[in-house]
Amino acid sequence: MKVHVKVNGVGYERDVEPRTLLAYFLREDCRLTGTHVGCDTSSCGCCVVVIDGDRAVKSCTMFAAQADGHDILTVEGLAEGGKLHALQQAFWDQHGLQCGYCTPGMLLTAIALLKHQPNPSEADIRAGLAGNLCRCTGYNNIVKAVQQAAGTLGPAAAGAS
Amino acid sequence: MSIQAKPLYSVGVPMKRKEDPRFLQGKGNYVDDLTFPGMLYLSLVRSTYPHAEIKNIDISEAMKVPGVKAVITGKDLEAAGLGWLPTFHGLDKQMVLAIGKVLFQYQEVAAVFAETRAAAVDGAEAVQVDYAPLPVVADPFTSKTDKVLLRPDREQKTNHIFHWEVGDKDGTARALASSAKRVKQRIWFQRCHPAPLETCGCVAYFDTMGRLQFHVTSQAPHVYRTALALVTGIAEDKIHVISPDLGGGFGNKVPVYPGYVCAIVGALKIGRPVKWIETRTENLTSTGFARDYHMDVEIGATADGKVTALHIATTADHGAFDAAADPTKYPAGMFGICTGSYDFPVAHSEVDAFFTNKAPGGIAYRCSFRVTEASYAIERGMDILADELGIDAVELRKKNFIRKDQFPYPSALGFTYDSGDYHKTLDTALEKIGYTALLKEQAEKRGRGELMGIGFSTFTEVVGAGPSKHFDILGIKMFDSAEIRIHPTGAGIVRTGAKSQGQGHETTWAQVVAEELGLDPQTIMVEEGDTDTAPYGLGTYASRSTPVAGAAIVMAARRIREKARKIAAHLLEVGEADVEWADYKFQVKGVPAKAVTMKQVAFAAYTNMAQNEPGLEATYYYDPPNMTYPNGAYVAVVDIDRETGETKVRRFLAVDDCGTIINPMVVEGQIHGGLTEGFAMAFSQEIQYDAEGNNLNTNFTDYLVPTSAESPHWETANTVTPSPHHPMGAKGVGESPNVGSPAAFVNAVIDALSPLGVRHIDMPVTRDKVWRAIRDADANKV
Repeated sequence: MKVHVKVNGVGYERDVEPRTLLAYFLREDCRLTGTHVGCDTSSCGCCVVVIDGDRAVKSCTMFAAQADGHDILTVEGLAEGGKLHALQQAFWDQHGLQCGYCTPGMLLTAIALLKHQPNPSEADIRAGLAGNLCRCTGYNNIVKAVQQAAGTLGPAAAGAS
Repeated sequence: MSIQAKPLYSVGVPMKRKEDPRFLQGKGNYVDDLTFPGMLYLSLVRSTYPHAEIKNIDISEAMKVPGVKAVITGKDLEAAGLGWLPTFHGLDKQMVLAIGKVLFQYQEVAAVFAETRAAAVDGAEAVQVDYAPLPVVADPFTSKTDKVLLRPDREQKTNHIFHWEVGDKDGTARALASSAKRVKQRIWFQRCHPAPLETCGCVAYFDTMGRLQFHVTSQAPHVYRTALALVTGIAEDKIHVISPDLGGGFGNKVPVYPGYVCAIVGALKIGRPVKWIETRTENLTSTGFARDYHMDVEIGATADGKVTALHIATTADHGAFDAAADPTKYPAGMFGICTGSYDFPVAHSEVDAFFTNKAPGGIAYRCSFRVTEASYAIERGMDILADELGIDAVELRKKNFIRKDQFPYPSALGFTYDSGDYHKTLDTALEKIGYTALLKEQAEKRGRGELMGIGFSTFTEVVGAGPSKHFDILGIKMFDSAEIRIHPTGAGIVRTGAKSQGQGHETTWAQVVAEELGLDPQTIMVEEGDTDTAPYGLGTYASRSTPVAGAAIVMAARRIREKARKIAAHLLEVGEADVEWADYKFQVKGVPAKAVTMKQVAFAAYTNMAQNEPGLEATYYYDPPNMTYPNGAYVAVVDIDRETGETKVRRFLAVDDCGTIINPMVVEGQIHGGLTEGFAMAFSQEIQYDAEGNNLNTNFTDYLVPTSAESPHWETANTVTPSPHHPMGAKGVGESPNVGSPAAFVNAVIDALSPLGVRHIDMPVTRDKVWRAIRDADANKV
């Protein structure tokens, strides 16, 4: 079946099997491999993308067909003109990533989180990211990164050299 | 005029990571991101039974599935001489695809190759396997009876795999017998799985020159190359192993797995590239389990709490094949570190391992070969001893610590601890956590019947395997290596035999080279994981990168410095003996103003080298003289809800001593991550099997990895006691928090419950176990 979506502002039309999951559609049909797959049960959040500007979705839980006609934001669409998005910059500054595998999903979830809660507390962030697993960082620095991007981190804690 | 401290150059600086921009923009290069023209997908048929004879495998329906190209079984592999795979420590072998029978649920039975990922799965589902169930051995204690022989393929007709022991058996027995106090406890470290977020996988193909190009999630790419050469008979120069970006490893990506062999065989047989990527269920059920040690711990002490002897007898569940990747001479890994941070005059430790109908593994999960089990045993044991003696757990530890002046310290079980200041590290923790105030608060809460616990773990690890006289894998000594090339403009590249999985080598190695050579770390590129370009090394696990490969980098850089000195002398127009390396440049002795930088020397090495050999590069293979002994003092503070059994970790402080710190930001990040895995083992993570051998934790809805919501906010601090034998004084840190923290959590829970008379609960300390312990204690009181 034909699926037409806009990913990071670029239109993609692909002929896929109806059972194709959005995650694999992005990775294999659009060749946007920044969206990762870490489980088969919608538990890990490595595959999170943002749909229509403000909805974080686990793309392994959605058929490509269900995304037909929608706008999708993936990690590849965050930086603009070579400049990192504020959240990407914050994850870098705060050492909010190690192996990098969960990072795209974390970033996209955080984008949707900040859309809905521009001034989140630490508890809000921890609750908001609870659908995204990370095996490396222990979350401390991911929370700090989201705080930095939200502008709620004290100046003393902002940024390594 | 004040004495100038050493200027802060590169080591010790929290430099932001050089690898991050690509990960942040989705430009990482993980194995499943790779695609090659004509690439096929491999899906494995897996056993539904834990133990069964295979009566028949019918592939006819599978071959009819659109897109399926081929199906292979164990018989096909056996005919090609590839039926079995040697395990890394060489004591056993593992079936690639089941031959005759299956030995664990989810065991690999057949391999299906198809045009698409989905077609391969469809094909695998269409393979019909006719099983005749056999009696199941689901625990090592049943296995011990040998009533059901699991491995008739082996010469030894028993389920007993090995007996390993170390220490003074009779002396320990005598010391225990004459001790005023003896405590004994069976402690089980449950079966866990490292579960990196990227599962294992590979792409294999043979290029136009007939060379095997093997892209694989490997923590030890060179060992893979040699192992593949030995197993397949392909000449080693015709094998190119590339380990791309890894989405975590934690030991899971050390062994060679059946899926890899099937992918290579498929690529050879069909003549097209083959990709195999585990599903999460395949990852949790078939590759790389860890722990599963049942440890009978006995400690003797004087009445006033001076330890006299330690005995630990362990029954180990190794699953269906002995696939642990331990060094050859150490079937129980570094378990001999079980005397921990304490000055035991005598000790004895023995491990007996058994086959069961469970997945193989026994890998070093974020741990230097069974150090986590050993550390947990002694740290729980010391708390039990303190409880029985009625001595504060902190006081007992301090009384028995190896003192600073005892280093280098020969342990009762044969290790030579390099350095440490355990009293200082613990005192730092006590001060930072505010122990006195916490004790006061706890006393008040206990008065009101509230359950608050303070738990300690003051562990010592042994990492950085290891000296060639003791350590090898498949006979290959456990050295590591570095090659540094400095380009004419003063930029450079460093390659090592290690392999980052998120540890940040691209940053820290550049800092090490920059520190040694006075160059800009931003222009030192780091490359690992490619066996065609990297010097031979044993890879990254067991916290060995910094102790071994890191040392090799320092030594290679110093070789470059020696060569550069000759060129510097030429540029400075003095004799070589008159040139010294000071303040990160070469200067004429006594004339600091007359100096040249390494950058200037690098340019001269290619443009104006006089009679010296052109170029500026060096290679060093480092054979460590000893292991390193990172240590730490951890404190957990917990509150337990008496009604629900729910434990809340209110605070957790880790004070680590990993010697010299290269990048404090990276070290802190490693500690946060390791603590979270320790937290997971303590409270939720477990691979359980029922009595029939069914795996009960086959995905992330059952195998509970902590999220940001339940993970505590971690507090960290450091003491720095450099390793005397490492050229930079560094010890390694990636695993310390995972090794040290489980006992702190459990000790805190038991401390909270101790007024109720609870002495021990096995991990994971789930809320239902705690609730039952409280209920039983209350019932006993009535």
